[in-house]
Amino acid sequence: MSETGTVSGQELFERIRAIVVEKLGVTADVVTLEASFQEDLGADSLDTVELVMAVEEAFDLQIPDEAAEGLTTVAAVVSYVEANKA
Amino acid sequence: MTADRPVVLVTGASRGIGRAVALAFAAAGHAVAINYAKSADAAEAVVSAVVEGGGMARAFGADISRGADVDALFRDVLAWSGQRLDVLVNNAGITRDGLAVRMSEEAWDEVLDTNLKGAFLCSRAAIRPMMKQRSGCILNISSVVGQDGHVGQANYAASKAGMVGLTVSLAKELGSRNIRVNAIAPGFILSDMTESLDQAARDVLLQRLPLSRFGEPAEVADFCVFLATRAPYVTGQLIRVDGGLHL
Repeated sequence: MSETGTVSGQELFERIRAIVVEKLGVTADVVTLEASFQEDLGADSLDTVELVMAVEEAFDLQIPDEAAEGLTTVAAVVSYVEANKA
Repeated sequence: MTADRPVVLVTGASRGIGRAVALAFAAAGHAVAINYAKSADAAEAVVSAVVEGGGMARAFGADISRGADVDALFRDVLAWSGQRLDVLVNNAGITRDGLAVRMSEEAWDEVLDTNLKGAFLCSRAAIRPMMKQRSGCILNISSVVGQDGHVGQANYAASKAGMVGLTVSLAKELGSRNIRVNAIAPGFILSDMTESLDQAARDVLLQRLPLSRFGEPAEVADFCVFLATRAPYVTGQLIRVDGGLHL
């Protein structure tokens, strides 16, 4: 849980969890840091693209394709946004 | 802003089939974004015709064979429409006819860039708002030449056949988001392109048409409106609007 160790980290996780819940239609309790979008949360490849688009919009980011491909888990998205947000 | 009207973007809408498609969607209550490459006056005339009929339209200049132009086009159209896009009609097309043995690389590239790459670039840009809406319709104006071939049109025929591959792939990719993608293959439709034929060539063609006449642009346009608004279970299809040509 190192990514969410700070208050802002926890807030970030919760914002991202809310996006995942909305986009994938899952309940919040299954959206853990370790959860993989495709393996654990039932996302298909288009779902993950949509998720990345929603994260870009929510945090005013442009995520390049190479980076987007690596964003397969909730933790990866939290870390990425933490490192790249304005 | 376009109020509560559904929004359609028609590329190459200043004349011919594109103009007719724009007018038909306007008559069906859509707000119409009229794209043109060079003919600003003709595009404004289409806007005026729509507005005089009580509709809503705006002209947007862009060379759709260029990615930067397409990005700017969609930014402007979506700003106008309040981020809504219900229908994209990939209609813009050019010809650079010539026998393949003498066809220049430029003639090939120009036609493929506008007709096929342009359709891809516009589709790619349209997918984002349509995915968010969980609905959308993309119509690719192909041609019977894409299936049947035509002497002197290797580039044009290849571009129009390519649009069919684009159509079926996008239909598979986007079906789960309720985005439908279909292609229409007009036959001989009265337009600048057919008017350049001489009388002898016309007579030969008419003999091959079971309906014994060329089509009207409005007959293609009305079918586009039908596919967009009344055919929710139709996707990934190529439909010929050709008067029975080659039966």
